[in-house]
Amino acid sequence: MQLTRRDTLALGLGAAALTLLPFRASASVEDKISAFTGGATVGEGDITLTAPEIAENGNTVPIEVEAPGAVSIMVLAAGNPNPDVATFNFGPLAGSHAASTRIRLAGTQDVVAVAKLADGSFIQASSTVKVTIGGCGG
Amino acid sequence: MISRRDFLQTSMAASAILGASSFGNWSRLAAQQALTQDQLLQFDTFGNVSLIHVTDIHAQMKPIYFREPEINLGVGDARGQVPHITGAQFRRLYGIEDGSPTAYALSYDDFSSLARTYGKVGGLDRVSTVINAIRADRPDALLLDGGDTWHGSYTCYHTQGQDMVNVMNALKPDAMTFHWEFTLGSDRVLEILEDLPFAALGQNIFDAEWDEPAEDFQPYEFFERGGTKIAVIGQAFPYMPIANPRWMFPEYSFGIRDERMQEMVDEVRAEGAELVVVLSHNGFDVDKKMAGRVSGIDVILSGHTHDALPEPVLVGETIIVASGSNGKFVSRVDLDVRDGRMMGFRHKLIPVFSDVIAPDPALTAVIDEQRAPYEAELSEVIGTTDSLLYRRGNFNGSWDDLICQALIEERDADIAMSPGVRWGPSILPGQEITREDIWNVTSMTYGQAYRTEMTGEFIHVILEDVGDNLFNPDPYYQQGGDMVRIGGMGYRIDITKPQGERISDLTLLKTGEPIDTAKTYVVAGWASVNEGTEGPQIWDVVESHIKKTGTVVVEPNASVQVVGA
Repeated sequence: MQLTRRDTLALGLGAAALTLLPFRASASVEDKISAFTGGATVGEGDITLTAPEIAENGNTVPIEVEAPGAVSIMVLAAGNPNPDVATFNFGPLAGSHAASTRIRLAGTQDVVAVAKLADGSFIQASSTVKVTIGGCGG
Repeated sequence: MISRRDFLQTSMAASAILGASSFGNWSRLAAQQALTQDQLLQFDTFGNVSLIHVTDIHAQMKPIYFREPEINLGVGDARGQVPHITGAQFRRLYGIEDGSPTAYALSYDDFSSLARTYGKVGGLDRVSTVINAIRADRPDALLLDGGDTWHGSYTCYHTQGQDMVNVMNALKPDAMTFHWEFTLGSDRVLEILEDLPFAALGQNIFDAEWDEPAEDFQPYEFFERGGTKIAVIGQAFPYMPIANPRWMFPEYSFGIRDERMQEMVDEVRAEGAELVVVLSHNGFDVDKKMAGRVSGIDVILSGHTHDALPEPVLVGETIIVASGSNGKFVSRVDLDVRDGRMMGFRHKLIPVFSDVIAPDPALTAVIDEQRAPYEAELSEVIGTTDSLLYRRGNFNGSWDDLICQALIEERDADIAMSPGVRWGPSILPGQEITREDIWNVTSMTYGQAYRTEMTGEFIHVILEDVGDNLFNPDPYYQQGGDMVRIGGMGYRIDITKPQGERISDLTLLKTGEPIDTAKTYVVAGWASVNEGTEGPQIWDVVESHIKKTGTVVVEPNASVQVVGA
């Protein structure tokens, strides 16, 4: 797709590339989760991933993840060319098991958080964040 | 089949709230075509608390015509539910007689002839009369403004919202939340806030840099009314930096933030609130979803999507009240609050028929004072119309068809794009079009009309993107507006499909040929959210076009083929 600077200016399209379809989770996301869990089954549980439904700016999307009792939490942006975001490790004296940061999203996609709990089990949460051209606000 | 009456009683009994709507009453009176101010305002005062809700006035101080939408499609859980029911179906649902004043106020068909019978609607001096009458019954009634107030007219633009601030202050609201106000720029908003004699609310207005609640806006305000402690929590439009130009208010971040809404509800309850009211600019479907996710809200006063509903919608134990737009309606909600909870309600959506409700002379004077310096510019006749000009509808309206035609001709373009906003009054066939009328449907602080080149593929991407902002089945992912209006091009949309698969059959109307994904087209549009957009102001483009045309005729638009409705 050819885009001139004029086009982007006129439309309010961010610097992010835009495709017709939301960015899909790549095979590498599965691989990264398996590497983190050592192949163990990932369940659901007390893990909260807070992210906006629609990003105000795809270049800096605030997210927050909390999983009481977690030893570490890995965050992935499933549709980014490189899905790695961060892995947060919590020591035994950690007062809370929460972290927040800002991430860059190439387009509409799922953000995934996987937490390893003290007993060695894994739980996961994910949230779809939409990245849109914008405009037309009723 | 269960009757609507049974259904209402059942659903309310099930949730242990006793409620009533005075709607049926004024419907019957209206059918007699003997409308009087007393009938419109008639209300048996109920309980111990009264709420008055106005929203989405869009700077319409004077009486106007306003045609409700014909096409307002719901998707997902909202499919076939109010407010996504229009016309005859809507009238059957609420037992409204065809051709009655109620039909005129709440549905679209036969609009031009009914408008001639029943006249204009709105006018803030009439709204004042309604508010005064309610305050006569209940002196401590709360007046709550849902926002989109300081935007939308010639005088509002030229005074940077001061005209509306002055007029609204005269109505003495108790609290307000926000959307288009921010397009005045954050400096101007803060300047107005300094002297604002009522609460500026928005629990979801955050500092963009620190992602913490913004200090300039309170999340909620407490009121003691009728011996009851009431908390009013504000919810500003969640998608302001996406739907409107972020660069105009870079300090602020928004979002739905329903987890914080829950925290706020819990906080005010802990501080003794017996009644929790959310003054919202979420839009109706978002409010419905939020009511199901956040517990402890008694009343949501819903704005943004301009829906006018004659009865509240019940979600769990929360009632959602939708009060229309452009000063056309005032909602009165009386509540019986006892032992720390809402035990019942009585509601009336009061249509402001401008020829029936007498203007409040005190407000007329304030309004005239704002308009006086601009009267000559406002009243200049630019042309006339043979067609009904209106905006509302998911895909197009005749006003936008006219605007798109102006863009194509004045800017020498193949294709035109006009934003899917919901504001803007209607003009009847045979009516003159004044400069004020043009500004009423175009006025904004980023009205520059751009002219650019786009590939067919990129045009398709835009339609898919905007389509998802309207037809994503999850209302939290809907960004807020109607579909971008297209001139010079037709397309087919299947609203049941996911993003990327909704739009097909793009056709350049002037040649009848399919849009070529690789080919470049000249596109003219307005209201770009990007800083530094260049071009003439859209109202000048439209004025020039109407001047040349003389008498405007807008043919019915059949260029969008809708599937899955």
